[in-house]
Amino acid sequence: MGRTARVNKLGLTREDYKGGKSTLCPGCGHDSIANQITSMGYELGLEQHRVVKVSGIGCSSKTPAYFLGRSHGFNTLHGRMPSVATGILLGNRTLTCIGVSGDGDTGSIGMGQFKHVIRRNVPFIYIIENNGVYGLTKGQFSATADEGQNLKYYGQNLFPAIDLALEAIISGATFVARSFSGDAKQVQALLQAAVKHKGIAVLDIISPCVTFNNDDSSTKSYNYGKEHQIALHEIEILGGDYIEGKPEITIDEYPEGQTIDVTLHDGSLLRLRKLDKDHDPRNRAQAIMALERAQRENLFITGLIYYEEPRLTLAEIENLVEEPLATLPADKLRPSREALAKIMQQFS
Amino acid sequence: MVVHEPQTNPQSSIRTSIINDFAFVVATQNGSGSQTSNNVLVKSLFDMGIPVNGKNLFPSNIKGLPTWYTIRASKDGYTARRAVTEICVAYNPDTAAEDISNLPPGGVCILPADWHWGHSRSDIIYYEVPVKELMEKTDIHKDFRKRIENMTYVGAVAQLFGIPLERIYYALLDNFNGKAKPADMNMQVVRLAHEWFAANVEKRDPFRFEPMDGTKGKILITGNEAAALGALFGGVTVVAWYPITPSTSLVDAMMSFKHIRRDETTGKDTVAIIQAEDELAAAGMIVGAGFSGARAMTATSGPGISLMAEFSGLAYFAEIPCVIWDVTRMGPSTGLPTRTSQGDLLFAHFLGHGDTRQICLLPANPEEAFEFGWRAFDIAEQYQTPVFVLSDLDLGMNNWMAEPFAYPEEPINRGKVLDAEALQAFISQHGKWGRYMDVDGDGVGYRTLPGTNHPMAAYFGRGTGHNAMATYSERSDDWVANMTRLRRKLEGARQNLPMPVVHDDGAPVAIVSFGTNEPAIEEARDMLAARGISTDYLRVRALPLHDSVLDFIHQHERVYVVENNFDGQLRQIISLEDNRDLRHVHSVALGDGLPMTAHWLMENILKYETVEA
Repeated sequence: MGRTARVNKLGLTREDYKGGKSTLCPGCGHDSIANQITSMGYELGLEQHRVVKVSGIGCSSKTPAYFLGRSHGFNTLHGRMPSVATGILLGNRTLTCIGVSGDGDTGSIGMGQFKHVIRRNVPFIYIIENNGVYGLTKGQFSATADEGQNLKYYGQNLFPAIDLALEAIISGATFVARSFSGDAKQVQALLQAAVKHKGIAVLDIISPCVTFNNDDSSTKSYNYGKEHQIALHEIEILGGDYIEGKPEITIDEYPEGQTIDVTLHDGSLLRLRKLDKDHDPRNRAQAIMALERAQRENLFITGLIYYEEPRLTLAEIENLVEEPLATLPADKLRPSREALAKIMQQFS
Repeated sequence: MVVHEPQTNPQSSIRTSIINDFAFVVATQNGSGSQTSNNVLVKSLFDMGIPVNGKNLFPSNIKGLPTWYTIRASKDGYTARRAVTEICVAYNPDTAAEDISNLPPGGVCILPADWHWGHSRSDIIYYEVPVKELMEKTDIHKDFRKRIENMTYVGAVAQLFGIPLERIYYALLDNFNGKAKPADMNMQVVRLAHEWFAANVEKRDPFRFEPMDGTKGKILITGNEAAALGALFGGVTVVAWYPITPSTSLVDAMMSFKHIRRDETTGKDTVAIIQAEDELAAAGMIVGAGFSGARAMTATSGPGISLMAEFSGLAYFAEIPCVIWDVTRMGPSTGLPTRTSQGDLLFAHFLGHGDTRQICLLPANPEEAFEFGWRAFDIAEQYQTPVFVLSDLDLGMNNWMAEPFAYPEEPINRGKVLDAEALQAFISQHGKWGRYMDVDGDGVGYRTLPGTNHPMAAYFGRGTGHNAMATYSERSDDWVANMTRLRRKLEGARQNLPMPVVHDDGAPVAIVSFGTNEPAIEEARDMLAARGISTDYLRVRALPLHDSVLDFIHQHERVYVVENNFDGQLRQIISLEDNRDLRHVHSVALGDGLPMTAHWLMENILKYETVEA
């Protein structure tokens, strides 16, 4: 090989973070996202055995097999990824969980679970690979498809699109981002920030379907995204983990009011260098307005749309022990003989 | 329903008392507070040492619809429901006419005097309670009066039939968790009614309660409470549920007793109880928890089981342990939400599309609800599969007499789980590890849990086709190999599930049944024996059927499969499992929403016996 491969703080190469070979169409936006998750794991030096991957059903939901090959994964049922993620994180609250879903999986069959998993603040990354179309069943409109859009076999979409980022904010998510699979840098930054966030982090990533919905007129197409993406800010993550040999990031000085800094759960800093001077993701009403306006004026805004200080997560609300419930020793699973005798007294 | 049931003959024995062997029904309006009154009566009789049961026949309604509570005292220890009751407390004007007409000759009717109800029947005895007058004598605030009015019949019953007032008071204290204030308030009314009856009413009926020692050492408990306790002693850590009658009180009981599992040093819980947004999510949560290695369960009823079908199939195929309690109510569809049934047997056993066969446990009494409560987790983890426990409304929501529960003597069995060290040893021995490799030949693979610190520990769980290495496969040979292994696993489980309970004295006639028909069957066997028909009896406690069930069936000339559903579902399962001649196996299936009575069962067996014998 000649050159020694770069390694991260665990001494692992990027190769070590890969999964199996993709079976999606060549050029699929979902593969770019899977690639970015691989890179994120490598860059941050994630311990893969501490990560669990979950998905629903659909093209997007196949992708957990294509990244972090040394992490447990579970490809579950259509629209039901959130409840399974909830169960996994109740069983073992120490795991980092990455959930992958699609616009059909989340916006139609899984809308109920999507909103309720947010409401419970189950701490995991909820990625929606959003292409506005059903791929595996060959090109039906999804609930996020553009109103009035035409598709080959299914004609015109007569219904308005559901904005899943908006739904996430309204349901109480504390970290909501929208991105574009064609913008690798932004996806990477958002993934890194999301994995460090304590609480649910929803990433609605527009991810073109090259087979069924890639006409330039579609807002979910690659060319449309490339041409129309309006990034609200540039995102940097400062401090925290770094790659061996890479110079440590220094905090640059920016004029006041031009940056927004957020301290993440592991102590690192999320710095948003503003491109749109009005958007402050810490303001819920503003975030909702920004999405409303984007929908009305057909603007493809991307970045961290909404961020809120972390609040109690499900395991904390439930006052659970710190150690994983899954591996509690037998003496913590079965009360004593005396405890049973005492209860029997109550019923005698 | 017209059932002519033999009852004690009060007219001929007016001078000879009928002691501890009669039933009464209390007719009230739902939501009127009669639950307290009825529980107090049952508990008082239990404390007097009289074998007793109470069955609540209640409507699907919060307030206003008629509800009936039947209490049967039986010196011989019979606890099945009886269709005919000698005594009626008619406190619901909407149903009083029918309630009174249902009384047998010589029966007793206790009703409010304020109604000025005509004494239309000359063959029964009326006792009238001056409810309004008595309530006016109390110092109880008018806001509470309506809910306490029912205590007037408790006082009347206590005086007429001989329940000591201190028993009533203890039962009230018990009902209010030892709080004297509400107990005293209720007791005031009981005493006033008792005094009034003692001073003004001449007893004209033969029925009496007398203390005996038929309940010594026993407990009085609902099956749902028993199941909850069983699960807590079985190490449940994740409970996800959605409210549905009649399973709700199972989870309620878990919440009340969750503290026994609290970590004393940190004050934190080792059990998470999550009310999900629906049964789909509840099932998803327990499947996720099971995948992570937790002992997870849900409790639901038929409509919830329907929604859980998709996750049950996934858990079966991806081989994820979890426990699903189906406290069965009457279906199809919404059916009769507050009536009992054994109608989910076939559905639960085959739950999931494709070739699916689920393990089912079938408790018959609180002792078994407790035992299966903990054992279900051992079975689920041993066989890495969902375990269904099919209780029913009758067991779940009614108070049953039971022996105090036996502490689980077997150590907790977590099944085949590899930690990092064991995984390394496995790989050294077998060259590699795959989630579904069957190295032991029992169809059960070794699983790893997320979080296991070993580079080879991960696998990808899925509901799609997979091979022994848990990788995606559409190959027919992989599919068939997988299904064959699943069948091998199930066949192994078949012989290791709770064995049937067998009473075999070599009689030619046998009864085969499961679950809560037991009290009716025991009584009916005595009634049949008195008519010269001895019967053997086998009670199935798990599906798939143990081999001995079919052997038992073929050792008898005539077999009656007794169950509380319309289609004879256990009878159908026997047909599926047995390719021999089964013409001697008859279905005796009820399915009317009520717990079976011994009389009904005897008559239906006699119908066959008089033809065949």
